[in-house]
Amino acid sequence: MPQTPMAAKPLLTINDMSIVFSSPDEADIEAVRQVDLTLTPGKTLALVGESGCGKSVTARAVLRLLDRNAKIPSGKILYDTGAGPVDIARLNSDSLAMRAIRGAEISMIFQEPMSSLSPVHTIGDQIDEIIVLHDRLNKKQARERTISLLDQVGVPGARDRANAYPFELSGGLRQRAMIAMALACTPKLLIADEPTTALDVTTQAQILDLLRQLQDDFGMAMLFITHDLGVVAEIADEIAVMYLGDVVEQGDVYEVFRAPKHPYTQALMNSVPRLMRKAERQRLTPIKGTVPSPKDRPNGCAFTSRCPHAFGPCAEIRPQRTMVSTGHTARCHLLTHEKAEAFA
Amino acid sequence: MAVQSMEQIVPVAVPRRTARESQFGLMWRRFRQHKLALVSLWIVAVFYLIAILAEFLAPVDPSDYSARYTYAPPQGLNFVAQNEDGSWHFGPYVYAYKTEIDPVALRRTFVLDETKRLPVHFFTESEPYRLAGFIPMSIKFMGVENPRDPFYILGADRLGRDLLSRLIHGTRISLSIGLAGVTLSLFFGVVIGGFAGFYGGWFDGAVMRTVEFIRSMPTIPLWLGLAAAMPKDWSALQTYFAITIILSLIGWTELARVVRGRFLSLRTEDFVTAAQLDGASDWRIVTRHMVPSFTSHIIAAATLAIPGMILAETALSFLGLGLQAPIVSWGTLLQDAQNIRTLATAPWLLAPGLCVVVVILALNFFGDGLRDAADPHGR
Amino acid sequence: MVQFIIRRLIAMLLTLFAISFVAFAIIQLPPGDYLTSYIASLAATGDQVDPRVIENLRAQYGLGEPYLVQYWKWLAGILQGNFGSSFEWKRPVTELIWGRLGNSILVEGLAVIVMWFIALPIGIYAAVRKYSLGDYLATVAGFIGLAVPNFLFALILMYLAYTWFGTTLGGLFSPEFETARWSLPRIWDFFAHAWAPVLVLATGGTAELIRILRANLLDELKKPYVVTARAKGLPEWKVILKYPVRLALNPLISTIGWLLPALVSGSVIVSVVMNLPTAGPMLLRSLTTQDMYLAGAIILLLSVLTVIGTLISDILLALIDPRIRYGAK
Ligand SMILES: Nc1ncnc2c1ncn2[C@@H]1O[C@H](COP(=O)(O)OP(=O)(O)OP(=O)(O)O)[C@@H](O)[C@H]1O
Ligand code: SF4
Ligand SMILES: [Mg+2]
Repeated sequence: MPQTPMAAKPLLTINDMSIVFSSPDEADIEAVRQVDLTLTPGKTLALVGESGCGKSVTARAVLRLLDRNAKIPSGKILYDTGAGPVDIARLNSDSLAMRAIRGAEISMIFQEPMSSLSPVHTIGDQIDEIIVLHDRLNKKQARERTISLLDQVGVPGARDRANAYPFELSGGLRQRAMIAMALACTPKLLIADEPTTALDVTTQAQILDLLRQLQDDFGMAMLFITHDLGVVAEIADEIAVMYLGDVVEQGDVYEVFRAPKHPYTQALMNSVPRLMRKAERQRLTPIKGTVPSPKDRPNGCAFTSRCPHAFGPCAEIRPQRTMVSTGHTARCHLLTHEKAEAFA
Repeated sequence: MAVQSMEQIVPVAVPRRTARESQFGLMWRRFRQHKLALVSLWIVAVFYLIAILAEFLAPVDPSDYSARYTYAPPQGLNFVAQNEDGSWHFGPYVYAYKTEIDPVALRRTFVLDETKRLPVHFFTESEPYRLAGFIPMSIKFMGVENPRDPFYILGADRLGRDLLSRLIHGTRISLSIGLAGVTLSLFFGVVIGGFAGFYGGWFDGAVMRTVEFIRSMPTIPLWLGLAAAMPKDWSALQTYFAITIILSLIGWTELARVVRGRFLSLRTEDFVTAAQLDGASDWRIVTRHMVPSFTSHIIAAATLAIPGMILAETALSFLGLGLQAPIVSWGTLLQDAQNIRTLATAPWLLAPGLCVVVVILALNFFGDGLRDAADPHGR
Repeated sequence: MVQFIIRRLIAMLLTLFAISFVAFAIIQLPPGDYLTSYIASLAATGDQVDPRVIENLRAQYGLGEPYLVQYWKWLAGILQGNFGSSFEWKRPVTELIWGRLGNSILVEGLAVIVMWFIALPIGIYAAVRKYSLGDYLATVAGFIGLAVPNFLFALILMYLAYTWFGTTLGGLFSPEFETARWSLPRIWDFFAHAWAPVLVLATGGTAELIRILRANLLDELKKPYVVTARAKGLPEWKVILKYPVRLALNPLISTIGWLLPALVSGSVIVSVVMNLPTAGPMLLRSLTTQDMYLAGAIILLLSVLTVIGTLISDILLALIDPRIRYGAK
């Protein structure tokens, strides 16, 4: 249990961020509407939510890697550089300041280790590049560092593998190479967008172990995106739950798993099967209905159309972010309105 | 703790059912969305209509010459004029010519005589002729009041022949040779490509090597070599068919490739397997199941092959080894424009080139539209 | 890699063999044989026909013997550098064609280079700034480039040059440099003439290259490795040039396989229009006069050049793409 609120100084704070995609022949899509996240050094925040709810978009926004047709019309992404906070949301995405953060301060690993590496450059070349770029070493020194990094992330025969092309490596090794690349300049924040989804279960466990161990060694903060609540339980210190562009609940993993406050989080936890004998098994209760598209999102709480507790203000008024216990917040009218009112 | 991916929570949306629609109905609906392709379809249609109605639309016979009007410039076609008394004249007319002596080159040149108007009439009486070779007619689309007056809307060539009439008749030849060449290529392509794709094996290998081989050769030298072997004394019709055959000797390869590819991918499709399990004969499978499912692709590919044919005919005739003199095609017409000095005095001789460009563009856009409509996801 | 090259070489040998067969068939196509034409042409000029010469020629070409024997004699001669003789010029074919072929290679090679130099920047720009004004202009220009046949473009260019500047474009050299040795002034003179045909020849291919490069690059730009490269902190231009452009080029290099045949084809007709001393006009002339050994040799050599060019492009492709080099996929 955290003793004092905000014990450590947050490294990155996202406040009320929204992301809009425009297209020439359709109405704009507000893919992300209200995101608040706080990342602390040495801690892992898991971002979970159904497919399409905006996790990847949020992660890319932090590095300003969104497509050209994306805008961040409101909200702040405050990054603590050590010499005071910078609002990443207001930087130009190809500016020097932004590029100095990318790769050096914040780096990212992706879901598809195959297609995320260039197929026509060697692993070594691709890692050397980032070291030469940020740490201004010469090619040879960079290569030495690359080899020791590959060694550190558990690539056997690192010296030879540095000269290999991605298609010559297995999926697990490729993901290790990606991790080596991401850690090459000892970033303060590592964003991992479903880094294990494309791997088999054994490899998945190895990579999770590796990430945990590397976090201990490097002391970086980690934003870990996943679908998988099992993985969350294994790796995360904190969890943030997203639904249709909103972060609906954030808090300590143990807290949130034990006492989820938002009806969506509750439904999520309910839909995970527990281990029990066959006779005692209950049917899982899936969440009724389907996720609407961002275009059909209600003005108020995004979950209104599927929420079993939806009442008066839900459809029209956006619920405020409410602190339920230290460091545990949720957005739901149930938390601010009297029960009686809810059933009135 | 057992773990489940969250994606499974979300029930799969049931795809919206679309009304059953015929393959071509669907294709047409998609095709109509390509504005450029639709416009191109109209352009192509107009050109083919011109080709069909050539005798009716051409003011005079393409071989009528008049030495008096060598390289007479285009008269254009005017509709409104102010008379000398200030009143207005409405109705189609052209200006007559007057001759001037060019003081520098000491050459006789024609200029339009703006004082003399020759009224133009539509649906004028003419010498009897046969439309498309068999419908007897004696009405032309338009003509000047007095048939002896000069009527050169697009100008005249060296022998004083009317370029417009020649262009219209050339359109018939050039477009029909494109169509005939593609039809022949299509026949070869479907038969050869179909066999290769359906049976595979060594035959497929041999066909594909042949296709690659032919496609790796420069075509114009080959065409020239083949065309040069045509006996000089062949009739116009014989040359026409010979050229068609020569063009399709190379043209079939692309179509065969498309057909083969389609066959190969269809061979493993469920409905073909099902038919095979039902004991249907190969012939039945091919004609009843496979061909109908890709006619639209073939039509698109064939359309896209027409421009190449037209260009090839134009090039061959332009070089003097394709269609020969009495036959009028865009290529033979452009032969007159080969000399740069001639071109400088009579730039209107390039008009057939403009037709080539417009038709090629239109056919390309039209074909692209068809292909997209036939296969919206492919490419 | 060595294996790859060997395989390609064997394939090329087979293709060359097939080409020689086709070329020979074309030589044989016109009615009558070489000797009849030869005698006819001699008789036309009033020369005496020496029966012994005729007999020698008949033996040399195997005339009157089965086609395959004739083909074999012809091929054996070529392998020894003897392409037969031209009855029109009354000289061995070899003496006539090399200079012309050299000019063909020069002009076509320059056209390939110009093509790439124009197509690369425009294609990259059009893909990176998709749907921008520049992209639309490039697309429209590309379509026109594809639809205007080479010879028409040449005619228009010549017409404009003649009416605006009073100059006649054409030829590759001024008369005084025609037979001179290569020297700086001659090179200068060459470029002063060659820019027009090279430009004309390059248009069609340029348009096509831009179209393919743009489409490839649009595909590549969507791939995750581009995001990875950006996430490293590289500047945008470097990201694009080093990664997606590099990959978009791979399939492009193999397009030379069909660009070259089209280019060689086009150069025949453009050479005729612009009166270039290349193989094209000579081919046309030999075909109209049925000087078949000369025509056959030119067709053969043009095709061989095309095939060799294609082979070179294949090997280049393999060299820059490790996936092919290592035999993966
Ligand atoms: N380039 C884009 N243009 C328009 N809309 C986009 C674009 N990229 C993403 N979106 C929209 O943003 C929404 C969120 O996408 P995102 O990839 O962040 O989902 P996700 O939560 O990462 O899902 P998954 O679990 O499948 O990775 C999607 O609904 C999509 O419609
Ligand atoms: S705000 Fe209303 S609709 Fe939204 S989760 Fe709470 S109760 Fe349900
Ligand atoms: Mg995602």
